[in-house]
Amino acid sequence: MSLFAIPRRDLIVLALFSLVVLAMPIWLQPLGAAYPALMQKFVISAVFAIGFNILFGLTGYLSFGHAAFLGVGSYTAVWSFKLLTMDALPAMVFAVIVSGLFALIIGYLCLRRSGIYFSILTLAFAQMCYNLAYSVLTPITNGETSLQLTLSDPRVIDSALAPRGAGLPSAGLFGHAFSGLEGFYFCAVVLIIAFFVAQKIFSSPFGMMLRAIKSNQTRMNYTGFNTRPYALTAFVISGMYAGLAGALFAITDPLAGTERMQWTASGEVVLMTILGGVGTLVGPVIGAWLIEYFENIFSAFNEQILHRVFSWVPEGAQDFVVTIVSKFVGEGWQLTLGLLFMLVVIFMPGGVMEGVRRIVSLFNRPQRRDPGAMRVQPAE
Amino acid sequence: MEAILAQLLNGLDKGGAYALIALGLTLVFGTLGVVNFAHGALFMLGAFCAVTFRMLITYETVVQDPTQVTAWGTPVEIRTPLAQSWFGDWGAVLIDYSVPLSILLAIPVMLLVGVAMERGIIKHFYKRPHAEQILVTFGLAIVLQEIVKSIFGPNPISQPMPMALRGAFDVGVWIGIAPDMLTYPLWRLLYFVFSIGIIGAVFAFLRFTTFGMVVRAGMADRETVGLLGINIDRRFTIMFGIAAVVAGLAGVMYTPLLPPNYHQGMDFLVLSFVVVVVGGMGSLPGAVAAGFLLGILQSFASMTEVKSIFPGIDQIIIYLIAVVILLVRPRGLMGRAGVMES
Repeated sequence: MSLFAIPRRDLIVLALFSLVVLAMPIWLQPLGAAYPALMQKFVISAVFAIGFNILFGLTGYLSFGHAAFLGVGSYTAVWSFKLLTMDALPAMVFAVIVSGLFALIIGYLCLRRSGIYFSILTLAFAQMCYNLAYSVLTPITNGETSLQLTLSDPRVIDSALAPRGAGLPSAGLFGHAFSGLEGFYFCAVVLIIAFFVAQKIFSSPFGMMLRAIKSNQTRMNYTGFNTRPYALTAFVISGMYAGLAGALFAITDPLAGTERMQWTASGEVVLMTILGGVGTLVGPVIGAWLIEYFENIFSAFNEQILHRVFSWVPEGAQDFVVTIVSKFVGEGWQLTLGLLFMLVVIFMPGGVMEGVRRIVSLFNRPQRRDPGAMRVQPAE
Repeated sequence: MEAILAQLLNGLDKGGAYALIALGLTLVFGTLGVVNFAHGALFMLGAFCAVTFRMLITYETVVQDPTQVTAWGTPVEIRTPLAQSWFGDWGAVLIDYSVPLSILLAIPVMLLVGVAMERGIIKHFYKRPHAEQILVTFGLAIVLQEIVKSIFGPNPISQPMPMALRGAFDVGVWIGIAPDMLTYPLWRLLYFVFSIGIIGAVFAFLRFTTFGMVVRAGMADRETVGLLGINIDRRFTIMFGIAAVVAGLAGVMYTPLLPPNYHQGMDFLVLSFVVVVVGGMGSLPGAVAAGFLLGILQSFASMTEVKSIFPGIDQIIIYLIAVVILLVRPRGLMGRAGVMES
């Protein structure tokens, strides 16, 4: 089977996915989210979540430290901008390589343990990276003030090719700086490629092997497979995805701060994956979009907007309703997020994708479903 | 010598907080088998019990005195806390000692919160995989944290310690070194003593009461205890409540050292998990020993002498130790063989 021969079904999914991603500026218009900065975030978080899902969804190893790779990717990309060129491609390549190396080292150590110990080990490593970036490594990371471009950066390749402009340059491709929606389309193409690669991994024998690790690692070992190299490969791949996402963040906004490495960021990607549907291809993307949407739209709500929304409620009750609801939007959107997260884990561990499947099976003729199939099972 | 002793002392109060939180965490894991990521939030709730208590007893009446006029012409406002107008001088003392007194509020509140949490959510997750337990309690932690944030605001609210306990204690004299060589803030010493007291109480409760005996039996073999006709689930629920109280009290007494903010639970949670893992999952003495050990090691790592050799070591020491322990001896310092060891 050649590398690019894909089954018909996958091809349709890929085509539909590409269409949805590229048409984002159109279908997000009525939802009030069609501005470039937000759409870029949608797309980049989706890359991050797809990568995380390759590890968590396929092998069942729950990593709580993926933000470290995101941060490493961002820093590498910004350094590439500062030292070499503002071109996006080298930044991405370097970010993927460096975060892959980080993932190789951290993964090699962490994968000696499984279950909750694995989670805590990854968390410990991520916290170490975060704390170091914040303190000792400030010459590299610029600590609290974030790493940013300056006018005195060498930018060796760029200054050899063309005279320097007056202001700070912005990232681009082959000498053409991104403006308007171009940055978004660039990220969108990267997302589609990332999705395609994930699709290949899911349907490959390697992907089957990872799924086997999730369902029963002991049995795999007894049949004579050494599972660790497979799990490590999955870990490195998902670390590279995270690094790529970090680089994309830096490309859209050439700034790398420590907060990207904090463990809440790791928690957020776990949330995205769970919310969408663990172990499915499209699920994490949906989860990422939902969460980014919540974050950006709901956090913009304020009391005036709420009063307008609830204008149909009688005068006396209106203030009461607005006071209650305002706790859940605006500043308090994370409360909604936490509640939503709990509800999903309690009632629908398979996430949105399981919900969709349930609805579909309501309309289809009743058929027996394997109840445990979508469960997240820790690798033990 | 003095420097080493001083660092040893410095680690004790933080170590005490780690030990108390880790004790509750491992108690919950040992009894219910649940990995509770919301335990840090309980520590935070405890701290806000102290804030609430202080708010309640410093509730003021404002009386305008028309006979006196301030510099810009408005009548002078005389503010008297209700506690003071009711109890006179005793009221002032009450306010002064608000932090230790809020323990009285924290115990019932935390017990209630703990039991409600266990019955409401955690009960349904006994049989589900650890990953889902982690996720649901993580969500719960976010919810609790956000509720506190929406009530008390995002800024830390500092809690003064009682006047009488503000000074420093001359440890040097006490152990026979020259005076003023080795002093230590009184409150931090008190925190250490307090945490030892709570830990002792929990161990005594488990060791010397019938209830504790049943709980220990249930930890060893839940099914058999259940078959003997004992309602072990209810006892475990109460143990969850007790773990919540322990975390809450740790939070209450920590308020003068760290002004309560809504995200302190998360900050301590990560460290406490590391403590539990280092001590050994499910081992109570391990959690306590590791708590103090890591607290002390952390304070040694922040000595300038150490930092000049290994820059940044103070930031990562705890995680570094956790990584080494997990890789070399996954059952932790005192964990039983075979418990969560894979």
